[in-house]
Amino acid sequence: MDLESIVKEIRKKVLIMCYHAGGGHVAPSFSCVELLIALYFKILRIDKNNYNNDDRDRFILSKGHASALLYAILAEKGFIDKNILNTFCQKDSILGGHPEKHLVHGVEMSTGSLGHGLSYGAGIALAGKINKKSYRVFALLSDGECQEGSVWEAALFASHHKLDHLIAIVDHNKLQSLDKVDNILTLNPFVEKWQSFGWEVREINGHNMKEIIDVLEKIPFSKNKPSVVIAHTIKGKGVSFMENNPIWHYRIPHTKEEWEIACKELGIDKSEFREVFK
Amino acid sequence: MRNAYLDALYELAKNNKNVIALVADIGAIVYDKYREDFPDRFINCGVAESNMITVAAGLASCGKVPFTYTITPFITMRTYEQIRDDVCLHNANVKIVGVGAGLRYSTLGPTHHAIEDIAIMKTLPNMKIISPCDPIESKMATFAMAEIKGPVYFRIGTGGEPRIYDSSYKYQFGKGVVMRGGSDATIIATGGIVYDAIKASEELEKENISTRVINIHTIKPIDKEIIIKSARDTGIIVTVEEHNIEGGFGESVASVILENYNHQVKFKRLGIKDCFCSYYGSHQELKSHFGIGKKDMVREVKNLYKQKIHIGE
Ligand SMILES: Cc1ncc(C[n+]2csc(CCOP(=O)(O)OP(=O)(O)O)c2C)c(N)n1
Repeated sequence: MDLESIVKEIRKKVLIMCYHAGGGHVAPSFSCVELLIALYFKILRIDKNNYNNDDRDRFILSKGHASALLYAILAEKGFIDKNILNTFCQKDSILGGHPEKHLVHGVEMSTGSLGHGLSYGAGIALAGKINKKSYRVFALLSDGECQEGSVWEAALFASHHKLDHLIAIVDHNKLQSLDKVDNILTLNPFVEKWQSFGWEVREINGHNMKEIIDVLEKIPFSKNKPSVVIAHTIKGKGVSFMENNPIWHYRIPHTKEEWEIACKELGIDKSEFREVFK
Repeated sequence: MRNAYLDALYELAKNNKNVIALVADIGAIVYDKYREDFPDRFINCGVAESNMITVAAGLASCGKVPFTYTITPFITMRTYEQIRDDVCLHNANVKIVGVGAGLRYSTLGPTHHAIEDIAIMKTLPNMKIISPCDPIESKMATFAMAEIKGPVYFRIGTGGEPRIYDSSYKYQFGKGVVMRGGSDATIIATGGIVYDAIKASEELEKENISTRVINIHTIKPIDKEIIIKSARDTGIIVTVEEHNIEGGFGESVASVILENYNHQVKFKRLGIKDCFCSYYGSHQELKSHFGIGKKDMVREVKNLYKQKIHIGE
């Protein structure tokens, strides 16, 4: 399958998983589908067979609420069985609303509380430096998450220690859970903040596969400096009524019409649902 | 419980210009009415809980009455030193409202569960802890919390908890409530799980074990009298909490009994057995899975009752 088809398939899977779960962070997942697919299919030196190898690249989903997306991709990559995807968040499942490392093969860090992933990544990157390893560490952060002070402590730490094999990717969809980031607690000037913390910054369109791959193939952007990719994205990308509307942060379609539109726009055949929705 | 809390907060804000609501990017639509009518007294601090707590302490030092609010672990654990130093050490009039007590956010996993909060909050000097069991109590207790000068930790569920009380209920800070009478055994519970305790007692009654149910809605300061009286009257105490048994509510009850009652009591704590709840399903499914369901209460009471009868013979 080409990447664009994988992107489509994964968006469908995420919605179907959340349907069966009766809830889930659909819109937060949809804003970073292309980013994760580019990583897992083109950039990361990780596969299910080398996963216990200390030299593997690391990927940390710091915005752990996009867990459904991570599971769908891990299934596509063979880390977990595709047949369990539709058990998401249900009794006896190992697939929860936030990823747990000890439950799910391929999850690098248990996340869910925002603002932890970059520090953990910095720790792995520092260990790599001490142990003279060549792996890279990628952490996907959300923009609301960057309001946590801990993110900036990690940013200071990484640049001080010249962790140039640490790469932060910010899913910059400009929304958080209640409103626009700029209406709640602005991050601006965002690019300059990262620069002044000693990071090398690139901005891209986070839904453009080519741009994502091009930029990630160039890391580190600058020797001795950590890299950050600010990916401009659309929260809820792919379902018109979810796009750019904060109410969809933690919500699945409710009405029949909403389901119809979402399925049509994503190209979902309704037979893929375990039971037909009311 | 959440909406009931917000109804009360709205009234408090209407009557006291110093009341100010702070949230950390949680509480979506539920704050709409409040936000509309008191736009200057609603601050979404963003995903930055520690800052929110200390800002609240600063506001309180100027006579404001801040009610801070977000998901329980983020408001109690991420912010712990801010709460200790800036709120409790200053005896600041800050209300800390944690939504999603215990396993309420079942499918969101261990990062969103709150099973350590009672332990860490009760060890803070000046802190009081209120843990309502239903929406009515949540509302009344919110008014009571506003009357208290100083830090209060308010532990609530989310939404959809069944009503237990009717509107004539009078909440009294620091006073436990007998929810069901009983003479053979007592279940002492706190929070939403009181409901399950009542159901357990109903079931036990069918088996001729008359089980008292006590609701301890104020965990700190705890109502010693009602606990000692139940120990004396029934000789069997089972505590239930949606919390780790290590450091939890059951330990508080046990201390009261050990220090104040010199006769034999059969005692058992039910709570989460010092593990993370890495398991998914509905809230009820999680409670059963981790041994704090109605069935577990029935079993424990029966066990202790058998022992008591046995010794009695
Ligand atoms: C420390 C912490 N505080 C609060 C939350 C609850 N929460 C989950 S997602 C979210 C904000 C979502 O906005 P953003 O971080 O920008 O993510 P995205 O828009 O990509 O979903 C919040 C407040 C959390 N998970 N962790």
